[in-house]
Amino acid sequence: MAAKKLNIKDKYRLLTRDLDWEFSYQDRNKAFPFEEFEGIKITDWSKWEDPFRLTMDSYWKYQAEKEKKLYAIFDAFSQNNGQLNISDPRYVNALKIFLTGVSPLEYQAFQGFAHTGRQFGGVGARVACQMQSIDELRHVQTQVHAMSHYNKFFDGLQDWSHMHDRVWYLSVPKSFFNDARAAGPFEFMVAIGFSFEYVLTNLLFVPFMSGAAYNGDMATVTFGFSAQSDEARHMTLGLEVIKFLLEQHEDNVPIVQKWIDKWFWRGTRLLTIVAMMMDYMLPNKVMSWKEAWEVYFEEAGGALFKDLARYGITMPKYADVIEKEKEHISHQAWWTFYTHGHAAGFHTWIPTDEELDWLSEKYPDTFDKYYRPRWELAKEMEARGERFYTKALPQLCTTCQIPMLFTEMDDPSQTCYRDSVYNGDRYHFCSDGCKDIFDDEPEKFVQSWLPVHQIFQGNCGGPGVEDILRDYYQMNVGVDNMDIKGSPDEERWKKWKGVA
Amino acid sequence: MPVHAITPDYKGDVKDRLENFHGNQIVYVGWDHHLMFCAAFAYPLPPETPFRALRDEVMPEAFSLHPEWSKIDWSAATWLLDGQPFEPQLDVALKDQGIGHKSLLRFQTPDLKGYKGAGV
Repeated sequence: MAAKKLNIKDKYRLLTRDLDWEFSYQDRNKAFPFEEFEGIKITDWSKWEDPFRLTMDSYWKYQAEKEKKLYAIFDAFSQNNGQLNISDPRYVNALKIFLTGVSPLEYQAFQGFAHTGRQFGGVGARVACQMQSIDELRHVQTQVHAMSHYNKFFDGLQDWSHMHDRVWYLSVPKSFFNDARAAGPFEFMVAIGFSFEYVLTNLLFVPFMSGAAYNGDMATVTFGFSAQSDEARHMTLGLEVIKFLLEQHEDNVPIVQKWIDKWFWRGTRLLTIVAMMMDYMLPNKVMSWKEAWEVYFEEAGGALFKDLARYGITMPKYADVIEKEKEHISHQAWWTFYTHGHAAGFHTWIPTDEELDWLSEKYPDTFDKYYRPRWELAKEMEARGERFYTKALPQLCTTCQIPMLFTEMDDPSQTCYRDSVYNGDRYHFCSDGCKDIFDDEPEKFVQSWLPVHQIFQGNCGGPGVEDILRDYYQMNVGVDNMDIKGSPDEERWKKWKGVA
Repeated sequence: MPVHAITPDYKGDVKDRLENFHGNQIVYVGWDHHLMFCAAFAYPLPPETPFRALRDEVMPEAFSLHPEWSKIDWSAATWLLDGQPFEPQLDVALKDQGIGHKSLLRFQTPDLKGYKGAGV
């Protein structure tokens, strides 16, 4: 007898909620040991509303169709020598940061959601997390394939996963995700599902994919479009998690608020690198970081937090500081990379005169006053044949691991220094936000693997910077790093374009 | 609670404890209102290092790239040690004047306003 075809509703029930079972002879708490230690109270998992109205079989079918199209475009891009159609070889350096800094986070997200998907007692949440986990694994794969074509023609893309684990500035994104994954499952969901995917992800993907489009990078644009429907589901999950936790028990509210404060701060610190890419690394600019922040956080995020006010949730702590930071962080970050261009796995440069003017126009209150003079100094030094590379290693923030490059927002010519003493040792922070995070969980952050200190402890080879770059980071010294001027990337581009 | 962990009484491994630096301690040095250098510098130094050696032998390599470095009048410069006013004794070891592991030294040169007077 032929099996009866199930209708969609039955299939959905069987493939999601019906996957659960009663624990008749085992202790349910032992099956889900991570569910209680964070202090979150769940009274009824059945109140969870499935954010993905999708079953596994239709998921495969749908994703397979999407990827067939995606890989057809990658093939066409490669056969047509798509790398020749980008705006300028400087653009590829943004891809180098993306591949070494962001794609490995997709892999960490895959691992994090797989773990979380195992640990939630509610079957609806488990299924949603498992689907997101598979999405994230697909994303790392498609990103690697989208960018592999560039690896044939440009330097610095050859060893991205190795670099992610070791290179000093990549400890920033790596430790961000390590922090989330080392937390309990509910904090992970608020950190990645809500704060990052829901509140901040538009600030990563919209500028990055628009940037790719503006700069002729069809492979990355296509990847971005392909990921968009997944991202929409991830945002829905992030929002569902927050609402579910807040509706389950009033005791959850202060815990969730603390996580929102923490992860909003950590997320904005991480996005500093996106700010820098938008303002300095895209030869054809989409919008300034400040404009993106206003549209995607202040307007969209502002409306979101108004909605959440009925649960007693307020705007993230230090949102007022962040509002001032939008004027500064991209400039402070690119200056840091420019002055450490000998130790970066990508090229850096002085903005062109037109770009400096664009920055003045976009940042009328801050650029000419605080940041243009830095570039004038850099130009003077370059003209003397003394391109400025810093000769000592920077102090790092214990929490975000970024060099202590951020200033007081009310005194932008003065570095912001904060510290705490814990068990007799002193720890340094770039901001009140990072200090608060440490002070709340010092036993977690005393373990920070700070690249500068690791070098001084002899754990990264060396002792010379060049030895570390070559042997420990596996960079091609003199090829992957240094200024774009005179780099092999630039030489090849000129040859392809027939420019002397 | 110093950490929210599933393991009771979880203790983290202190990665940057003094013993891990093979006889050195870390000292950070920053020049206030001079952001040509994006951050304070970190130096691994024997705790016996006299302050004079830090100032005259260690610091110049990186700091001397600044056009104002050679104009500093050290007798007029002021210092902060871990946020508190500090008067360095040039011929005394770091450890004997309260400069501990991971201490931050900041110096101010109020007459020098940075490149183009812009705090750079």
